[in-house]
Amino acid sequence: MDDGDNKKKKTNGRGAPGKGGGRARGRRTSPVSEDEDDEEDTPPRPRRAGERRRAARKEGDEDEDDNKASKKKRGGAANRRRGGDGEGGDGKKGRKGRGKKGGKGGKGEEKGDSTGKEKDKDEDKDKKKKKGSSSDSNSGSEEEDSMSEGEMARLMEEVEEKKKLIATMRNKPWRMKRRLVLLKDAQQFVDKFEGALGKGKGRKWFAYKVMMTKKWIKFQRDFDNFKTSCIPWERKIKEVESHFGSSVASYFIFLRWMYGMNLVLFGFTFGLVVIPEVLMGLPYGSIPRKTVPRPEQDTAQDYSVLMDFNGYCKYSVLFYGYYNDQRTIGLLKFRLPLSYLLVGIGNFGYSLMLVIRTMAKNADVGGGDGDESEFTFAWKMFTSWDYLIGNAETADNKYASITTSFKESIVDEQENQKDENIHLRRFLRVLANFMITCSLGGSGYLIYFVVKRSQEFANRDDLSWYEKNELEIIMSLLGLVCPPLFETIAELEDYHPRIALKWQLGRIFALFLGNLYTFLFALFDEVNSKLEEEQDIKNNSIWIMKEYYANFSRLTNDTEATPPPMNPADVIRGPCWETAVGIEFVKLTVSDIQVTYLTILIGDFARAMIVRFLNYCWCWDLEAGFPSYGEFDISGNVLGLVFNQGMIWMGAFYAPGLVGINVLRLLSSMYYQCWAVMATNVPHERVFKASKSNNFYMGLLLLVLFLSLLPVVYTIMSLPPSFDCGPFSGRLKMFDVIMETIDLDLPAFMGTLFSYAANPGLIIPAVLLMVLAIYYLNAVSEAYKNSNNELKKKMQLARDEEKNRRNNTDSTNQVMKDLEDLLPNRSFIPPPPPPPPKAEKPQPEAKPTKTKPGSAAKGVKVQKDVALASPNPNARGPVSQAPTPRAGPRPGRGAPAN
Amino acid sequence: MGNKQTIFTDEQLDAYQDCTFFTRKEILRLHGRYHELAPHLVPMDYTNEPDCKVPLSLIVNMPELKENPFRNRIVESFSEGGDGNLSFNEFVDMFSVLSEMAPRELKAIYAFKIYDFNVDNFLCKEDLEKTLNRLTKEELTPEEVELVCDKTIEEADLDGDNKLSFADFENMISRAPDFLSTFHIRI
Repeated sequence: MDDGDNKKKKTNGRGAPGKGGGRARGRRTSPVSEDEDDEEDTPPRPRRAGERRRAARKEGDEDEDDNKASKKKRGGAANRRRGGDGEGGDGKKGRKGRGKKGGKGGKGEEKGDSTGKEKDKDEDKDKKKKKGSSSDSNSGSEEEDSMSEGEMARLMEEVEEKKKLIATMRNKPWRMKRRLVLLKDAQQFVDKFEGALGKGKGRKWFAYKVMMTKKWIKFQRDFDNFKTSCIPWERKIKEVESHFGSSVASYFIFLRWMYGMNLVLFGFTFGLVVIPEVLMGLPYGSIPRKTVPRPEQDTAQDYSVLMDFNGYCKYSVLFYGYYNDQRTIGLLKFRLPLSYLLVGIGNFGYSLMLVIRTMAKNADVGGGDGDESEFTFAWKMFTSWDYLIGNAETADNKYASITTSFKESIVDEQENQKDENIHLRRFLRVLANFMITCSLGGSGYLIYFVVKRSQEFANRDDLSWYEKNELEIIMSLLGLVCPPLFETIAELEDYHPRIALKWQLGRIFALFLGNLYTFLFALFDEVNSKLEEEQDIKNNSIWIMKEYYANFSRLTNDTEATPPPMNPADVIRGPCWETAVGIEFVKLTVSDIQVTYLTILIGDFARAMIVRFLNYCWCWDLEAGFPSYGEFDISGNVLGLVFNQGMIWMGAFYAPGLVGINVLRLLSSMYYQCWAVMATNVPHERVFKASKSNNFYMGLLLLVLFLSLLPVVYTIMSLPPSFDCGPFSGRLKMFDVIMETIDLDLPAFMGTLFSYAANPGLIIPAVLLMVLAIYYLNAVSEAYKNSNNELKKKMQLARDEEKNRRNNTDSTNQVMKDLEDLLPNRSFIPPPPPPPPKAEKPQPEAKPTKTKPGSAAKGVKVQKDVALASPNPNARGPVSQAPTPRAGPRPGRGAPAN
Repeated sequence: MGNKQTIFTDEQLDAYQDCTFFTRKEILRLHGRYHELAPHLVPMDYTNEPDCKVPLSLIVNMPELKENPFRNRIVESFSEGGDGNLSFNEFVDMFSVLSEMAPRELKAIYAFKIYDFNVDNFLCKEDLEKTLNRLTKEELTPEEVELVCDKTIEEADLDGDNKLSFADFENMISRAPDFLSTFHIRI
C-alpha cells in the first residue's frame, strides 16, 4: 500500500503542475525533445498549426473529451484508435499505419511534407488537451486509485506503442531526419515513463526487467554487428556482382553458404572424432591397424604411393581403419566409437536441417507467385533492370537483353507465330533426346566397366599411372565432355533459352547422378567381394596367431611364459573395405578438384591469354570472333559443387579427413574462382535472371543429400564392419555401439525403456501416426492451395469486371456473355437503358476494394471484401437486366423506360 | 576505435542502426563513401550534425549507380527537396531502402517514386515511356513503345484511370518474382 501511495503521489505530482506535466506525458510525436522547450513552444504552436484544419479538429476534440469524461475508466486505447482511424481514413495509404500506431498512421502517408508536420503538431495538441483534461479531472476526483490505474494502463500502452514504433522505425517510408527525431523522441519517452510503470511490490522487479531488456537489446545489436562483420567475402562478391549481375553472384553466395556448412561439419568431425583420437588414442605403430604392413613399408613414403592415399596416408587418422575399437580412450574416458557413429549420423542430420531451413526461408522471401501471363509487360518494365549492375559492359548486355525480351514479347503479343514445320522439329527433339539418353547410358556403362577393371587391377602390381587412376580420369573426363556435348545436341531442339537451360541442367544432373550411382554399385560389388575375402583372412589370421604362440611356447619350452607380442607390422589383416571405400571417395574428390582447377586454368585463363595477346597478330578478330573469352558457366559450376558435396557426405563416414579436404577446397575455390571470373570471363550475352534459382540449387542439394544418405545408412545398418580395423571392429553391426552404451553406461531402466521403444508394437503405431500426420498436413495444405486458387480466381474476376466496366458496358466475362446471348429477341428490347449513371457510380466504391488485393499478404479478410464486392457490380451492370425480361418482360421493361 | 568516436557519437550510431538496416560498421563505411564523394564539402566529424549536401552530379557517379539507367531518379526521389542533393541522412536512407534487408513494402514505395518521373504520384504513360526508353536505350520504335506502355497500363491498372496509382503498382509488384532480387544495391 505504501508503494501504491508513493506512486499515486508521483502521478499526481506530475499531474499537479497542470498542463505542463500532462502535456509531457501526452507528448506523442512532438519534434521537440525537452520538456521545458515543450512549454515554451506551446504558445506559438497554434499559430503555426494551419488554421484551416483547426475547426475540424476542434470538433473531434470535443467529441473525444466528452468520451473521456463519460467513461473515465476506459483506457485510452479506444480513444486513440478512434483518432487514428479518423486520421487514417483520409488517405488510402493510411493502411500502412493501421491500428497500432494510431494517429501516426495517418501521418505516415504524408511522407513528411509540411502539411504532415502541421498535422503532427495539431495532433499533439489534441493529445495534450486530452491528457491534460483527464489528468486534471484525475487530480480532482475522489477515486484516485482507479484513475491512476487507468492512467497507468494508458501510459503502459503508450510506452508499448513507442517501443513498437522504435522497433519498426526502419520500415517506415519517412525521411531520415524525421525518423531520427521521432526515434529520439520515442526513446526519451520510453526512458522517462517506463520506470513509472509497474505496480506495488513488483516495481523493483519491473525496473530490473526493463534494465535487463535494454541490456539484452544492446547485446543483441552488438552480436548482430559482430555476426555481419564475420561474414566473409562480402566485398569480393559485391565486386563480382557488379560485373556480372546477380546470377553469377548467386553462385558465389551459394559457394559461401556451402563453405559455412562444411565448416560446421568440419568442426563436428575434427572436434569429436579426429582430435580425440590423435590426442588420446594409441599412437602410430602400436597396433596392427595403425601400422603400415611390412611388405608395404619400403614404398610407403613414395610420393606416388602417397598421392594414391596408400602407404602412410592409408594408415592415418584420415581414414576409418585407423580408429581403435576401445570403448573409452584417454583420461576423459571418451567413448570414441560411439562418438564416431553419432558424428556420422549427426553430420547428415545437421545438413538436412540446414538445407531444409534455408529452403523454407528462401521460399518465404520469394513471395511472388503470380502467373506469368498476368503482368508480362509490367514486370518486364519495372523489375527487369538489375540494380546491382555496376559495370559498363554488363549494363550494355543487360540493355540488349531487355530490348530483345521486349521485342520477343511484342511479337508474341502481336501474333502467336505458327510453326512452319512442326514435324521436323518434333523429329529433331526426339532425336536429340534419343542421343542424349544413349550418351547417358554409355557413360554409365563406361564407368561400370572401368570399376570392374579396376577390381582386376587391384590384384596386380605392375600398373602404369593411367591404369591406377583410370576410374577417376574417366569420371572427370565424362563430366568434362558430356555437358558441352549435351549443349550441342540441344541446339537441335531449338527451345527457348530458359527452357533449354532447364533441360540442360536436368541432363547434366542425370549424368552426374547416373555416374555416381554406377560408381556406387560397382563399389558395393567390390565391398561384397572384400567381405567374402575377409572371412578367409579372419580365420587365417587367428590360425597364424595361434601358431605363433604355439611356436613360441614350443621353442622356449615354457608354457607359462607369456610370449612377446607379435610385431604389429607382421600381423595379417583383412582388406578393411571401409578404408577402401574412403580412399575411393577421397581420390575422386581430389581428382575432381584437380580437373576443375585445370579446366579453369586452361579453358578460361589460357584461352583468355591467347585471345588477348595473339589478337595483335592474327588474321581475324579473336576477341569478337571464334574463340573469344569464356563465359562463366553457372549451371555447370553449381552442379559441380552440389555433386562434390554429395561425395563428401557419402565419403565422410569412411574418411573423416575428407571434410577437411573439402573445406580447403571450398576456401581455395572461392579465391581462385573469384579471381578467374574477374580476370578471364566476360559477362553473359543473355543475362538471365537468378530469380528463385537459389531455392533451385537448394532443391538439388537436398535431392543429392537424400541420395547420398541412402548408401551410407545402408552400410551402417546392414553390412558387418571389418573385424580388424575401425572403431566398430569386432561387432556384428555398427550400431551395436549404441546398444552397448545403453546396456553399460546408462542406468538399467533406460535399457528397458529403449527395449520397449524398439518394440514393433510401439514402432508400428508410431509410424502409422506419422503417416497420418503427413496425410493430414498434406490435406490441409491442399485445401489452402485450393482456397488460394479460388481467391486468385475471384480477384481475377473482379479485375476483369473492373476493366470491362471502364472499357464498355459490355461484359467480358464469358459466362455473362453467354447469358446475354441467350436472351430472347434481343432485337425487340431497346438498348439497355442508361447504364452510364449506374455504371459510373460504383467506381469510387470499388476503388478501395481494388486497392487491397495488392496487400495480399494481409490475408483472407481483405480478399473477402473483394469476393463480396465482385458480385455487386454485376448486379448493377448490364447483366442484371438479363433475368428480368425472362421473368416478366413487358412490365419489367416498362417500368424503367417510364 | 578512436576513429569511430570522431565521426559519430555512440548515440548517433545507435539511432542510425534503429532507423536503417545497417550495422555500425556499414554506417561508418557509408560515411566513408559519402565523404569520398566530396572531401572538401563533407566534414569527417559528424557529432554535431553539420548541415551539408552533396550535389546530384557527384552521387550519380558512384560506381554503384553509374550504370543504372534510373540513377538520377533514384537520387532525386531520396532527396528531400527533390533536386537530387543529398544530405548524409538521405544518403543513408537511400542505401538502407535499397539494401537487401528492406521489406518489400518499403521498396515498393520507393520504386514507385523512382519510376514516377513527373512526381505526380501516378505512373502515367509519359512516365512509362521514359522508363522504357531508359531500359532499352531507345532501341524500340515509337509504335513498339506505345504498344508496350498501353499493355503495361492495361495489365496493371485496376481502377481504369489509364495511369497507375500506387495501389496498382503495389499490387503488381508484390507478385513479381524478381523485384526483391533486383531492386537492391549492395554498398
